[in-house]
Amino acid sequence: MRETKLWTWFMLAGLVILILLGLHMTVAHMGGLTGVGVTKAGDSVNEANSQARDATLFYPVVYVILLAAALFHGLYGLRVILFELGLSSTTQKAVSALLLIVGVGLFGFGTWGVFAAHALYAGRG
Amino acid sequence: MWENIDKVQEVRFHVSRYSPERDSKPYVQVFPVPVREGMTVLEGLHYIKENLDSSLVWRYSCRMGVCGSCGMLLNGRPTLACNTQILDIAKTDLTVAPLPNFDVMRDLVPDLATMFKKHIANKPFIVRQDDAEQNDPSGEYFQTPEQLEEYLQFSYCIKCGCCMAACPTLATDSEYLGPMPLTQGYRYSADTRDGAKKDRMKVSGTGHGAFRCHYAGECSRACPKGVDPAKAIQHLKRQLVLDYLHLAKQRKPCAKQHGPGKGTRDPKIPDAPAKTVGV
Repeated sequence: MRETKLWTWFMLAGLVILILLGLHMTVAHMGGLTGVGVTKAGDSVNEANSQARDATLFYPVVYVILLAAALFHGLYGLRVILFELGLSSTTQKAVSALLLIVGVGLFGFGTWGVFAAHALYAGRG
Repeated sequence: MWENIDKVQEVRFHVSRYSPERDSKPYVQVFPVPVREGMTVLEGLHYIKENLDSSLVWRYSCRMGVCGSCGMLLNGRPTLACNTQILDIAKTDLTVAPLPNFDVMRDLVPDLATMFKKHIANKPFIVRQDDAEQNDPSGEYFQTPEQLEEYLQFSYCIKCGCCMAACPTLATDSEYLGPMPLTQGYRYSADTRDGAKKDRMKVSGTGHGAFRCHYAGECSRACPKGVDPAKAIQHLKRQLVLDYLHLAKQRKPCAKQHGPGKGTRDPKIPDAPAKTVGV
């Protein structure tokens, strides 16, 4: 049933990506039209607006959730594709372990980056 | 019988030959076969065995698309030899090979044991939780036409192995359960008389189970009985996910309707006509 669990989370991660990417498009690429996430003068993706979003708690949390969902969805998909190559059971275990390490590493690095930026810009007021 | 053959044209049968005691690998032997309209590939193979090479081996039984014994690869397509007319698929040359994704026992005979091992693992039978009832059913079980419709098409499977031969996933992962066993697992889990869905899910939810299917759909295209295994596997995936999320409708095996001879007849049904034999 482990595969059922992974597959279910794979699909749920896809759903999360769909919603959060929708939010990303609304804020970053259609901010000029929607006004969502644009608090400073100028373009929605300029430095001032990006820093203002980083200074809030909402956007960093969204970034971290999106990062987790995208990493899990992408790496699980890659694992499925690699398994299609007819790998031996031992190699499959090694690939799973490697992808897990890569995923956790990237998630840790990304989360650190997001909250480091948050701490930097929130402190500036 | 072949003297009176109303010859229309000659078709060359390129038949895959292999004898494990004699050959290191399969090779192709060509046989010219006089073909008349309506002649099946199975009849063509019989012609070769009776007139050209009596050592040719293949498996068959019913000759009418019911038993599923004569599944083979005809011009690259897995199908039943008895159900395929030669002139429908070939004008001058026809390749005949054993079903791929199986070991070959000899010539055109695939070793279906691996398929049936996976089939049995999926408990392809109705399971009642009550042992006494399981071994000696004491009555009929109520099932509506709508409930029957849930699994009916999947029960038309004749276990010929054509879907397994067409499956690209099975070609890369020999441990993959494959379309037939998964479909039959779903067929019984969808049956309201059954109570072993959880047991089957433990098998179909593994790494080599339903989630290895990428919905290529070749199994459904290949099935000579019109069964749609790809659809069954998608239903199975939904069942597995909903069950994991605890969103699946909990179902108990349907109740027994009545014991033998204890039912009441619908008054609208007229009496049977009087006996005319053995009076």
